Amino acid sequence: MNQKTNLLYGILALIAILLPFQDFIYLVFAMKVLCFALFACAFNLLLGFTGLLSFGHAAFFGTAAYITAYFCKETGLSPELGILLGFLGSGALGYLIGSLAIRRQGIYFAMVTLALSQMVYFLAVQLPFTGGEDGIQGVPRGMLFGFIDLKNDVAMYYFVLAIFLLGFALIMRTVHSPFGQVLKAIRENEPRAISLGYDVDRFKLMSFVISAALSGLAGSMKALVFQLATLTDVHWHMSGEVVLMTLLGGMGTILGPVVGAGIVVGLQNYLANIGSWSTIATGFIFVICVLAFRRGVVGEISAVFKK
Amino acid sequence: MSTRALEVKNLQSWYGESHILHGIDFMVDDGEVVTLLGRNGAGRSTTLKSILGLTDRRTGVVNIYGSDAIALPSHKIARLGVGFCPEERGIFASLSTEENLLLLPEVGAGGMSLDEIYEMFPNLYERRHSPGTRLSGGEQQMLAMARILRTGAKLLLLDEITEGLAPVIVQKLGEVVTKLKNRGFTIVLVEQNFRFAAPLADRHYVVEHGKIVEVVKRDELVAKTTLLNEYLGV
Amino acid sequence: MFELLGITPQGLTAQLLVGLINGSFYAILSLGLAIIFGLLNIINFSHGAQYTMGAFVAWIGLTQVGQWFGFPEFSINYWFALILVPLFMAGFGLILERTMLRRLYHLDHLYGLLLTFGLALIIEGMFRHWYGISGESYPAPEFLQGAIPLESIEIILPKYRIWVVIASLAVCFSSWYVIEKTKLGAYLRAGTENPKLLQAFGVNVPLMISLAYAYGVGLAGFAGVLAAPIFQVNPLMGSNLIIVVFAVVVIGGMGSIMGAIVTGLSLGLIEGLTKVFYPEASGVVIFVIMAIVLLIRPAGLFGREK
Repeated sequence: MNQKTNLLYGILALIAILLPFQDFIYLVFAMKVLCFALFACAFNLLLGFTGLLSFGHAAFFGTAAYITAYFCKETGLSPELGILLGFLGSGALGYLIGSLAIRRQGIYFAMVTLALSQMVYFLAVQLPFTGGEDGIQGVPRGMLFGFIDLKNDVAMYYFVLAIFLLGFALIMRTVHSPFGQVLKAIRENEPRAISLGYDVDRFKLMSFVISAALSGLAGSMKALVFQLATLTDVHWHMSGEVVLMTLLGGMGTILGPVVGAGIVVGLQNYLANIGSWSTIATGFIFVICVLAFRRGVVGEISAVFKK
Repeated sequence: MSTRALEVKNLQSWYGESHILHGIDFMVDDGEVVTLLGRNGAGRSTTLKSILGLTDRRTGVVNIYGSDAIALPSHKIARLGVGFCPEERGIFASLSTEENLLLLPEVGAGGMSLDEIYEMFPNLYERRHSPGTRLSGGEQQMLAMARILRTGAKLLLLDEITEGLAPVIVQKLGEVVTKLKNRGFTIVLVEQNFRFAAPLADRHYVVEHGKIVEVVKRDELVAKTTLLNEYLGV
Repeated sequence: MFELLGITPQGLTAQLLVGLINGSFYAILSLGLAIIFGLLNIINFSHGAQYTMGAFVAWIGLTQVGQWFGFPEFSINYWFALILVPLFMAGFGLILERTMLRRLYHLDHLYGLLLTFGLALIIEGMFRHWYGISGESYPAPEFLQGAIPLESIEIILPKYRIWVVIASLAVCFSSWYVIEKTKLGAYLRAGTENPKLLQAFGVNVPLMISLAYAYGVGLAGFAGVLAAPIFQVNPLMGSNLIIVVFAVVVIGGMGSIMGAIVTGLSLGLIEGLTKVFYPEASGVVIFVIMAIVLLIRPAGLFGREK
């Protein structure tokens, strides 16, 4: 981490903090971007830094959304506790799914995560507490710590921003820690890491659980921002979207997922009214990225700067 | 006037970032047998693989029976009349012995018939329905050689065919190669076993660090023995 | 007649037949995936979308093509569709392979998964855009309409569904035969093992790879035509199916062709039986089996770890 990147982070944080004081960008849009940015960063920990492609991360995002939505609505739990429950729940689910998926590698790993998250989707369709096709609606944002009214968008925004920065900082610390170095070693050359004596499966599982829990954190926040938890949150399209955000923004970079999330959420907003074009556009971006733009936005920019 | 079967000039070759061959030069006329000698890692196998286009990148001149092969894909190079016996023998495990034998497409006229092959290698007939990799090391080596004899290939690239085999089998292989030489095949041998290669070859090329450092003709062998021993680290 | 745990023979047969039909589709699609994966080392995520496309192309041939060209009476009936649609889809697959997939072979295999995922979204999105999400109906051919009654055991067997099972099994087993017992199949098996070496022997492996992908896509298209009269032709029919097929493939492993076929059929039957005796679990039973297999035998029932 050098001076230039620290300065960059500082500037971005400043912009984020000052956002409510302008009229250009809607706060709700910004909050949506922050939620998905956290989701994508959490996903990138697994893909970009550990080298594991999961195609089922919607399971964690959506499960936490349902948990938070349910408890905040039905039991009147305060938002920070609701989010905590969602975080822990998706972490636990991450442990379960991760333990099974780690047994295979590469492409099989991706397929297993996809299949297991589809199972979660089926459960979400059938279990009574999720509200089936309607989802859980009218989730109260509640009173943060008992006294801050989150119905106010500005207050909610700062709460979301704070959680995002917390999650982002956690990911940064993880990536730059000795633990993170082992993850990178596993991504680069797993047999080598094994021969060096590392219990590679344990590291992969830990990375998976952290990624799942933080994805859940993002989902919980989203449930409170939009006061809604639906089947879309656990659908495999959602899993695909987070992959796209990471790929488009730049796998294995710190800011890539944030940029990717911004672009994808922005595009979806723009295309939302034109029927299926959102799906088609997502598909096209995937294809173009894989064929010609694998380093992603941030990856390409970094490459330019390195020259 | 004999034709030039193989001409290699300034052949350079890479596996990924690794620059293995730094400029190989040698040639083989029709009907000749030459060897590529040298220590492990010198680049002998890589030379054969580069001729066939099996490395990641190569530059230089490779001419096979007059055709420019440097830019051709592997299957077109083979079809110029080249037969390859890879170091690891390359027997396909999901095919039976006979399927392995019949698999390779014809790359030239005058390939041996299946009956002729079975006459030369009776073991293979007995084991023809076994999965290819259930054969012993020696039998697999025979299969690897037999395969390319069916295709009509006239230029044979043989990579370490005696490696790891019992003396009795090595002797039989020597007989096979001699028979092939007498039938007019052109052969490039990569060999560690100098005693096997010496009586067979018209010329020896010593490879070191990806370059040819010495050429030893058949009649110069005795004179250059000490020099050779130095190169081979014997 | 008799009843088994409250289920009539007709009820049981009906569900078993459904199970067998689903199993047939699982078998054809996992066969296609296995062939493609064997040679290309790519998981063809767009397999489900190509199945959907096959069904749509058949439907378009039956109902729309005539109008496009000003011959409203003209239509491509089911029997022609069974042949033309797979050929069309194979051609489509060939184009995909040559223009896009080919560029990814030197990269990590996951990029192939991502590319075909993107293609799946494009295909699904386009059909959704053109035809909406409510399905189109495709009538079974006259010859296969109606049912065969078996009075002695009080069962009626719908003709078309029997046909689907027969056709699928025929295609699956012919594919298996060609791959395991013929010289063409020997090339495929050798190419799966060691494509570079095979190419050095003079076999045009890149062409073989293209044709293998085309064949896999053709199989998906064939399954789509078979499916059209049974399920409504709609843009989502493939995506729900493909994820189950992925689970089937993880259970069976992709090491063997026969393994893919047998696993597909068996899981379809198990799913059918589950629907009879424990309907709530039928949606997830295959995934549960997958979880169990992962615990006891991670390489899959017939798998060979690559």
